Amino acid sequence: MTTFHNIVVVGGGGAGLRAATAIAEANPLLSVAIVSKVYPMRSHTVSAEGGAAAVIADGDSLDEHAYDTVSGGDWLVEQDAVEAFVEEAPRELLRLEHQGCPWSRKPDGRIAVRAFGGMKKKRTWFAADKTGFHMLHTLFQTALSYSDIVRYDEWFVTKLLIDEGRVHGVVAIELATGRVETIIANAVIMCTGGCGRVFPFTTNANIKTGDGMALAQRAGAPLKDMEFVQYHPTGLPFTGILITEATRAEGGWLLNKDGYRYLQDYDLGKPTPEPVLRSMELGPRDRLSQAFMHEHAKGRTIETPYGPIVHLDLRHLGAHVIDTKLPFVRELCSKYQNIDPVKELIPVRPVVHYMMGGIHTDINGATPVEGLYAAGEVACVSINGANRLGSNSLPELLVFGARAGEAAAEYVRSLRTGPRNAVYAQGNDEERRLRAELDQRRKGTERIADLRTEMQATMEEGAGIYRDGDSLEKAAVKLHELRERFDRAAIDDHSSTFNTELISLLELDFMLDIAQSIVACAGKRTESRGAHQRTDFPKRDDEHFLSHSLVHRSGEVEYLPVTITRWPPGERVYGR
Amino acid sequence: MIKMEVTRFRPGEDDAPIVQSYEVPLRKEWAVLDGLNYIKDQLDGTLSYRWSCRMGICGSCGMTVNGKPQLSCATFLTDYAPGPVRVEPLRNFPVIRDLVVDISDFMTKLPKVKPWLIHDGEVPEDEFLQTPREMDEYKKYSMCINCMLCYSACPVYALEPEFLGPAAIALGQRYNLDSRDDGALERRDVLASAAGAWACTFVGECSTACPKGVDPAGAIQRYKLTAAVSALKDFLLPRGARR
Ligand SMILES: Cc1cc2nc3c(=O)[nH]c(=O)nc-3n(C[C@H](O)[C@H](O)[C@H](O)COP(=O)(O)OP(=O)(O)OC[C@H]3O[C@@H](n4cnc5c(N)ncnc54)[C@H](O)[C@@H]3O)c2cc1C
Ligand code: SF4
Ligand code: FES
Repeated sequence: MTTFHNIVVVGGGGAGLRAATAIAEANPLLSVAIVSKVYPMRSHTVSAEGGAAAVIADGDSLDEHAYDTVSGGDWLVEQDAVEAFVEEAPRELLRLEHQGCPWSRKPDGRIAVRAFGGMKKKRTWFAADKTGFHMLHTLFQTALSYSDIVRYDEWFVTKLLIDEGRVHGVVAIELATGRVETIIANAVIMCTGGCGRVFPFTTNANIKTGDGMALAQRAGAPLKDMEFVQYHPTGLPFTGILITEATRAEGGWLLNKDGYRYLQDYDLGKPTPEPVLRSMELGPRDRLSQAFMHEHAKGRTIETPYGPIVHLDLRHLGAHVIDTKLPFVRELCSKYQNIDPVKELIPVRPVVHYMMGGIHTDINGATPVEGLYAAGEVACVSINGANRLGSNSLPELLVFGARAGEAAAEYVRSLRTGPRNAVYAQGNDEERRLRAELDQRRKGTERIADLRTEMQATMEEGAGIYRDGDSLEKAAVKLHELRERFDRAAIDDHSSTFNTELISLLELDFMLDIAQSIVACAGKRTESRGAHQRTDFPKRDDEHFLSHSLVHRSGEVEYLPVTITRWPPGERVYGR
Repeated sequence: MIKMEVTRFRPGEDDAPIVQSYEVPLRKEWAVLDGLNYIKDQLDGTLSYRWSCRMGICGSCGMTVNGKPQLSCATFLTDYAPGPVRVEPLRNFPVIRDLVVDISDFMTKLPKVKPWLIHDGEVPEDEFLQTPREMDEYKKYSMCINCMLCYSACPVYALEPEFLGPAAIALGQRYNLDSRDDGALERRDVLASAAGAWACTFVGECSTACPKGVDPAGAIQRYKLTAAVSALKDFLLPRGARR
């Protein structure tokens, strides 16, 4: 089967929905489709808790937001993109307000803002501690009013169609029926989110398997800065469920096994009873997660069956603050940890949270492949550099989702030629490949779950918070072995009706690509910067590495200098 | 270990649903969903079910557990010890396969209540002012994760598939009660239709089943009151004055 749209958006999270509505507004005559492996309102944006940053408060300025972002990213940041980002973010969040998003308010009815890690001013908008949930449902429900956006809900994209260096659409499976369809399009926007599931312990939902990154890389678009993986300092042990940074913004403390606020030992400032911006618990995530590792090495963490932990103390905030500002945190602690943060300490440990890297794009979301765009966590513009600041991702989805949508709408306007027969042939080949995966993986000797678990353990061990040449080399060898064993993976399920095992197989295939890209880039970057910490090269090296890495499918890595407009590289200073 | 008894069914391929039993480890931290993941990873890759966030917010993992609609990621195996734990698909929906149900009926009904902000006057350059108190008017109705537990629990929906249902009506009300919204009249034809709020006989099962405290039953009751008052107004007031 073949269908046609002017533009296909892959992914129905924050970025995808924003891109689709931007297209519909730019040119209502275009046919737009959103293809998503889950119903859009189930996308992972729904889990975001803490908030979305944009300058609105008196006394704040765009320059300060930009500087926090650039220094937070350890200068591996495209400064022109950051300038556009901070300028457009307030407009985007207001737009959501006008669409009904229930942003938390001050008593006079104006938007309230809270502090967030690495931000010098209070500028994070929030909807209690369910910000992503409210943003996503507002975006989704508003998108329902655009009746001409076509949705392919629960369709899984398996391939990008490329001919003569240009994108011509996608191939996708309808989960409910197993039907494989070639969806022809003049432009494709990848909004498929991150890849936390490559690691064993993550805040990320089951769907975050990096599909879009792998699809784009296979289609010829390089991935940028893949060595930069963010560990969030406060995840619940066992589940990996996130306890939002907003807990610390409201005044929570991190305590080691002696009840000591250990961050003061790591050049993050002096402890004060009230939270101080860009200091202590409100330092950036990379530095906090690294501090945990040092505490652990000193034997000052607490051992549990699910690994070492420290404590997050919210007790002094009291029930009122917790119930009005952090109700979801209380709910999650009580459900998943059996504790009440009003009275008890919350056990936490660093957890893989966010991918700074992604598909290489320019400031308008365009990738090097003609007609292929990307936005959201799957993309790397890069405003996040070596370490994303909390609450910059949600506004990034909107700003760059809109930009990519507008750019794609503009691009298809000037197109005159459609796909050649070769494109349809590719679609047919892909359909045959998928049939073969379904039918012929009967006699394999490897279980998908085992390969996945081994891959995840490899990544944690070889490419975790601290890495070195040796650990990365070992990881590379192991991943190579897993790649070979993947060919012998079997599936039990050969039905074409809602076959989630086939999907797991395809996702594992994508994740292995991503894991290899992360390890390849981390191995080549012989310096330490932001979230990439090499024990064998502990210093930042601007002379050689003030540049983005670009990794191709072949494993080849090249470098692209960083764009600097107004903020020359400097020291990252927190708490001083 | 604990026994999980899971309904298996592929309509069109299998004659009838069967119950399959699996033994899974009984661990303190394990949700029912962890048990299912253990089955899928270690015992039987053919079991189909939906899940994603495993933190009770994406709304994917609704199932019937020991007879009650539940989010399987937020319901724990130990609560059912020593077992068995009976896991079935959500009721009142056609089954696609095993524990996966077809929710397209809800997805078609949802846009009918126009769950988006309709504002008549000018949109301000800055934000609409909205006090915390004004937000409280609709806040709980905005907490719906579309998990469908309420539809599964609703005896009216079971008998009258035309019924808009608890979540859709609550979401219509969520906008009606928002101080920024002027769309109540546009939503009225649908919400006050025979398949809308009036179909509800106020059983209240939906609010009991709801894992997010949305209270759809309350939303429906409240709507009936407004609808009754506004119908009276329509009758008494000249056309231009109606609002
Ligand atoms: C627990 C948690 C809390 C967070 N809190 C915050 C916060 O407070 N502030 C902040 O700024 N950021 C936060 N983040 C980060 C932020 O939420 C994410 O980066 C962001 O939501 C990603 O949005 P997205 O639109 O790029 O992708 P997603 O929302 O992940 O959506 C991806 C979409 O792609 C689709 N898709 C993927 N693969 C395929 C395929 N093969 N075929 C078809 N469709 C596909 C999926 O169905 C989905 O619709 C948080 C992240 C986590 C994990
Ligand atoms: S009202 Fe409650 S039970 Fe019904 S769909 Fe919404 S969250 Fe689920
Ligand atoms: S998996 Fe998301 S609600 Fe259960």
